[in-house]
This record gives sequence, structure tokens and C-alpha cells, in this order.
Amino acid sequence: MSNWEILWSSRDVFLQGFYNTLQLFGISAVLAFLLGSVMVFLLEGSRPRLKIPLRIFIDGMRMLPFLILAYLLYYGLPSVGIRMSAWYAGLTALVLYHGAYFAEILRGCRTTFPLGQVEAATAQGFSLPTMFLRIIWPQLILKTRGLMGNQLIILLKDTAFLVIITVRELTAAANSLSSTYFIPMEAFIVVIGFYWLISIGLEQFIKLIGRYGAKRGFENA
Amino acid sequence: MDSSAWGLLAYGAWTTAWISGISIAIGVLLGLIVALLRVARIPVVHQVLGTYISLARATPLVTLVLFIFLTAPTMGLDINRNVAGIIALTLNTTAFNAEIWRSAFNNFSPEQREAALAIGMTPWVYFRRIMLPQITITSLPGLVNEMSFLIKGSPAVAVIGVVDLARVTNRISAVTYEPLPPILAAAAMYMVMISLLVWLQRLAERKASRLAV
Repeated sequence: MSNWEILWSSRDVFLQGFYNTLQLFGISAVLAFLLGSVMVFLLEGSRPRLKIPLRIFIDGMRMLPFLILAYLLYYGLPSVGIRMSAWYAGLTALVLYHGAYFAEILRGCRTTFPLGQVEAATAQGFSLPTMFLRIIWPQLILKTRGLMGNQLIILLKDTAFLVIITVRELTAAANSLSSTYFIPMEAFIVVIGFYWLISIGLEQFIKLIGRYGAKRGFENA
Repeated sequence: MDSSAWGLLAYGAWTTAWISGISIAIGVLLGLIVALLRVARIPVVHQVLGTYISLARATPLVTLVLFIFLTAPTMGLDINRNVAGIIALTLNTTAFNAEIWRSAFNNFSPEQREAALAIGMTPWVYFRRIMLPQITITSLPGLVNEMSFLIKGSPAVAVIGVVDLARVTNRISAVTYEPLPPILAAAAMYMVMISLLVWLQRLAERKASRLAV
């Protein structure tokens, strides 16, 4: 049997890993984006009390390597009585870490908005949550789509770190196959292909949002 | 944590620093060369480098590190962990740096080239005396940003057993059975390294805005 045939016969392992990676990526991308949006919403308004703690959280995350946060949640927290499975620890780490990055991207874009928008909305009787949801948020999403796309690709790549805290994802699949059959080259080429596929898919998705944005008058964003 | 634990942490920090430092130095230079080759648009080389950049940007560092470390012996190459880690980090950061350099090239004004050639500079003298100093200044913020990304990605080398600042926390907690203090200490050390770079970046940006008018 050639090396490729061995890989084909164990395709279940790859597909399971691919499915796990996609699942981790999908769930954490959505939750991290929501977390980032909530943080930006909390910074909204004239005198947000949460400004300083949020600033510390966001900047702290931006200075930390992702693996250290994953270590902290998986190895560190049990000693204060919080025990999570590797999968949940990994997911929580992804959401917290990338939520901070999303918040920073959105906040950076938020500061470029003209003040008049908010004033006009307030004059029309919008409440703060409705104003954010209807006016600020859609604009933020369409304007930051390029940076968001980059961040999503970084998120995808960070899921591979979770192999170190024993999550069974795509890289773990390649690692275990290559050590079982001694075919590292082929196993990793397949896995890198999978990652490439997801990235290209993501880029297409961002382009699609761009086209939708252009239709609604955001082509210069 | 006792003094031996702090000693181990310092050793890990040093490993992270020198592995990242070497990768950054090679990566910035190789990135410039790759960008130059891409700008020259040599038929086959252009497509090959384009594919390399697209692939390297999509491949997670952990996967790349494992790939290189496990594949090298099957091709008859005998490389140790540190070298495999450095190669992986360099391959990754080169792709990003090449894009930063290339965008600086593309934004460079063509009039300067015409003027330089008109007064009799050779293309090489023009590149070294006129173009390189200016694109170095405009690329610096992006390059420093990529450097901090590299340091944040460097724990990937832990997966092949390099005892860097991330992995050293496992060693310490294997003795003390208290994982939290070493992880927090390592986190603080990473924060110091990154904030040093961020400070350098701010310095570079201030200098860039003063020099590149």
C-alpha cells in the first residue's frame, strides 16, 4: 500500500479532525464577534463606567500569546477549583482572546464615525441600545470586514494551538496519523490543504460581504 | 515558586527571545528578497512565490512546526528542535514581511526612479541609496507589528519539545504541583516583551512620520 492509500483508508480520522476544527472555529468566531460587539456597546455613551476595566482586558489580551491563555484556562484554573474539559477550555480561550481583538477592531472603527450620526439618532428618539443595533453596528460590520477577515484567519490558525492542550482537532489528527504510520509528509500536506481551503473560503465570504456592502453604498469603506 | 523555578523561567524567556530574534532577523531580510523577486515579475518565480505566500499565511504555526520537524528526518535531514522551530517561524514571518515590503514598493513614487536614472545612477545605486532607506521607514511600523505577532506565535515551538517560556511552565508545575504561579509569571514576561516591542513601534512611527514627509 502506498502512503497515500494508507491516508485514504484512514480518512475518517482527518474528517473527524476537520469537523472538530470547523466546529471550534465556527462557534468561537460567532461568540467572539458577539463578545467584541458587546464590549464596544458597553464603551458607548457619554460616561461609560466600564471603560477602564475593558481597556485593561483588551490590551492585556493583545499582549498575551494565545497558548498562554489556553494554558491558564486548562492547567491553571483547576488549582482554583474551576475544571473544564480540554475542548471547553480551548473554546473559552478562543472566545475571550479573539473577542478582545474584535472589540479593538470595532472600537478603532467606531472612533472614526462622525458625531452627528449619534446626535441625529438621539434627536429622533432612538434609545441607546436601538441606536447601536440599528445604526452603529451594521456600519461597523460593513466597514471593518477586511480587518475582520484577517482576524478570522488568525482565529482559524490559533485553533491549531489547542493540539498542545490535547484537543482532537485537525493538526492532532495529522500528528497521530504520522506517528502511527510514519508518513509525516503526506499527512501534513493533507492537513495544510484543509487549512488552505478554509482560508480561501473565508476570503470569498469576505468578498461576498463586500459586494453586499457596495450595493448599500459602502464601496469606499 | 523558589529560585530554581525563576531560573527556569529566565531560561525559557531567553530561549523564546533568541529563537524569535533569529527568526525575525532572517525573516525581515528574506521578506525583502521575496518582495523584490515578486516585484520583478519573473514568470515562473512569481507564481511560485505567490503560492508560497498564500500557503504560508494560511498554515497555522503549530502545524508548520510539526510538519518540518517530522518531515525533515524522512528526507534524510538531521535537524534539531531549535533549528526546526527557527525554520518554521522564519517561513511564516517571511511571507507576512514580504507582503509588507511589497506594498511599500508598490506605493513608492516612480518619479524618483526616473530622476535618479536621469542623473546617471545605476539601478543598484538607486535602490540602495534612494529607495531602500525610504521604504524601510514606511515599512517599519508594519514590520514591528509582525514581530510582535511572531513572538505571540512563538509558543508553537513548544509542541516539538523546545523548552521556551510557554513550555517551561509545565516543567515547573511538574515539580511544584502548582501550575498557576508559573503560568502567570510567564504571561507577565510575555507582556513585558510585547510591550517593549509596542513601545519600539511607537518610537518607529514617530520617527517615520518625522522623516517620511
